Amino acid sequence: MNRKSLVSIADYSEEDILRLIGVAEIFEKNPNRKLLEGKVCATLFFEPSTRTRLSFETAVNRMGGRIIGFSDAATTSSSKGETLKDTIMMVSNYADLIIMRHHLEGAARYASEVTGVPIINAGDGANQHPTQTMLDIYSIYKTQGTLENLEITMVGDLKYGRTVHSLITGMSHFNPVFHFVAPDELKIPDLYKNFCDKKGIRYHEYTDFSEDVINRSDIIYMTRVQRERFTDLMEYEKVKNVYILRNSMLSNSKDNLRILHPLPRVNEIAYDVDSNPKAYYIEQAKNGVFARQAIICDVLGIE
Amino acid sequence: MVKKKELQVAALKNGTAIDHIPVGQLFKVVSLLGIEYLETPVTIGYNFDSKKMGKKGIIKISDKFFEQNEINRISLIAPTVNLNIIRDYEVVEKKQVSLPDEVSGIVKCNNPKCITNNEPMQTRFQVIDKENVTLRCHYCEVKIKKEDIELK
Repeated sequence: MNRKSLVSIADYSEEDILRLIGVAEIFEKNPNRKLLEGKVCATLFFEPSTRTRLSFETAVNRMGGRIIGFSDAATTSSSKGETLKDTIMMVSNYADLIIMRHHLEGAARYASEVTGVPIINAGDGANQHPTQTMLDIYSIYKTQGTLENLEITMVGDLKYGRTVHSLITGMSHFNPVFHFVAPDELKIPDLYKNFCDKKGIRYHEYTDFSEDVINRSDIIYMTRVQRERFTDLMEYEKVKNVYILRNSMLSNSKDNLRILHPLPRVNEIAYDVDSNPKAYYIEQAKNGVFARQAIICDVLGIE
Repeated sequence: MVKKKELQVAALKNGTAIDHIPVGQLFKVVSLLGIEYLETPVTIGYNFDSKKMGKKGIIKISDKFFEQNEINRISLIAPTVNLNIIRDYEVVEKKQVSLPDEVSGIVKCNNPKCITNNEPMQTRFQVIDKENVTLRCHYCEVKIKKEDIELK
């Protein structure tokens, strides 16, 4: 049996991503297949994340698997001072698969080293959230019919936004052009620009969220600009309304443009965008179940 | 008139002489090489005059010959150091330190939210840029530049 954990989107090659998209498509046509009959999946949420947990548990349930776990570390022995290693080894006695979210960065990598049971990282602090990235990529594929040669605009908090960083890594195999739209305080770190340079990926940076860049885009990936990220609150007041997408800004956009957002949104997408057929963020979340079904089968070696 | 230079410490018969250690790193080098646990005679020289460096540190260790992987432990803090292997008062070999591909257990991750700072476990870093000395934490993936490297 092929047992491999998924800790970071960088663990996936181009072929892996394309294979998983193919599997996710099959699940989308028929999500209820009893592939996990007799299997126990643990969802260990050391940090609460209702949205992600429900998506994973739906994926497991639709495949007929059983679930054990917890949704908040306050009710577990880690609140009594048990090490992560001990918790993981204990759960490894019970489960065939461990899906975990943790507030500490690197927790999933470490867990994957202390147990032979496959680990799926459902978010480790600000570091990685690879299943989110897979559902983002699957959504891009579904709406564009391809992953190749797309113009992808990322808007908002590009400095701390882990979904942005992972999406850059995941899409780097497919010759994209990136447009990075962010205030100076939250612009894309040099690290990711260097990564693009090394891979020969074209990118442009803007502080203005102009119609010009919107009209070039195949995908607009919106993120939240959070007040607590700013050291200078004056600066926040200046920019907080600059990166809001309104329906009127989309009038000359491409027909194939789709707007993505990892959710939850606050005010960065105006509600008048919701009725525009180019708004895709709610369906995007639905794709998460299919992408996660594909990933679960992949780490368990189920064809 | 040329005055013969006086040796600042006694010559070594057999062992390893580590020269040109930046003075600020001398005691870190001592600790990384585990010199305090040796039982053979050791001379540690601090703030010696150096034409090349102004001030330097030296360490002379009798009857001790390091393995390359032991030597490489100091490459992070003192990459320019030379080691002279001495047998019967003669330098028989010169060794240079070189940065390994991976560094385990020596460096502290400077991300407070990294799992390595919250679990009883070893740190592990990949050396992603040997020229400029940049490390990446194997766990939290934070990149650490040379000037920010902190030893455990």
